[in-house]
Amino acid sequence: MSQSKLNNIEQVDSIYMEIKSYLIGFVLSIILTAIPFWSVMKAPFDKQITIAVVLVTAIVQIVVHLKYFLHLDFSTKGRLNTFSFLFTALVIVMVVGLSVWIIYAANALMM
Amino acid sequence: MNMEIAMERMTQQVQSADPVEHHDSDDTKLFGFWLYLMTDCILFASVFATYAVLYMNTDGGVSGKDIFELNFVLVETLSLLFSSITFGFAFICAKRNKRIATLSWLLVTFALGCVFIGMEVYEFHHLIMAGHGPQRSAFLSSFFALVGLHGLHVTAGLIWMAIMMVEILKTGLNNRSITRLNCLSLFWHFLDIVWICVFTLVYLLGVIS
Repeated sequence: MSQSKLNNIEQVDSIYMEIKSYLIGFVLSIILTAIPFWSVMKAPFDKQITIAVVLVTAIVQIVVHLKYFLHLDFSTKGRLNTFSFLFTALVIVMVVGLSVWIIYAANALMM
Repeated sequence: MNMEIAMERMTQQVQSADPVEHHDSDDTKLFGFWLYLMTDCILFASVFATYAVLYMNTDGGVSGKDIFELNFVLVETLSLLFSSITFGFAFICAKRNKRIATLSWLLVTFALGCVFIGMEVYEFHHLIMAGHGPQRSAFLSSFFALVGLHGLHVTAGLIWMAIMMVEILKTGLNNRSITRLNCLSLFWHFLDIVWICVFTLVYLLGVIS
């Protein structure tokens, strides 16, 4: 009886924790979406600063989504997912970053 | 005597092995699906690279600055973001075996996803009618390919979600359907991350430059 009650309390506790985690992620995402859209639409900064703001908020928002919505972490259970993601990120940096670099450099040489 | 204890232990192990094994196979399924998402990431990354190379080649036609409506994109972004959190709530309810709540949240998510796709189809239709179809320039080809690829993924997610809703309605929530729902949740949240890259690199940076 008391055991099931304890389980119940734990369950209620964990449901609030989970909802809280999603809400934190959601509020952060709203803020991190509002900032880049506002800075482009109202254009209060220079072009260079606006580009930096847009890129930084995008990267931070991706990290927020990974942590709060996809629950990536370095716990024993989730480690494999996180490392496979990091490996994919590395592949993407090499494929996209280096291809774009090579093609832009070739383009500049043709001018 | 010792034999009996040993037997008892063995039966206990056999009994306890079953749920553990189920759990393990669920984890394996989720990990397998995660690996698929990682390969999908690379697919998207190569289409992004194509866009990055081609976006300046407008062939005297329109550039991003002329055709992108940021207000419109903001509403699309918000509908996808809201659908992410409502899916989160659906999944939380599913894990607690609350069938009606799960179905209601899934329905809200589905509706928000439809709003997103509806707006995207409207945007594409509008562009094609104005003569800015994918055949007009390399920029427009790569734009339609990239945004369309994301739209196709969202459409696939919506079809999957509809099937999940029918399944939950018919057979209720069990271990299997929760694993499937978990895979769909990974897929749906992953698409939201891809959309962050799309609205940042295509729309926002397109309007700035």
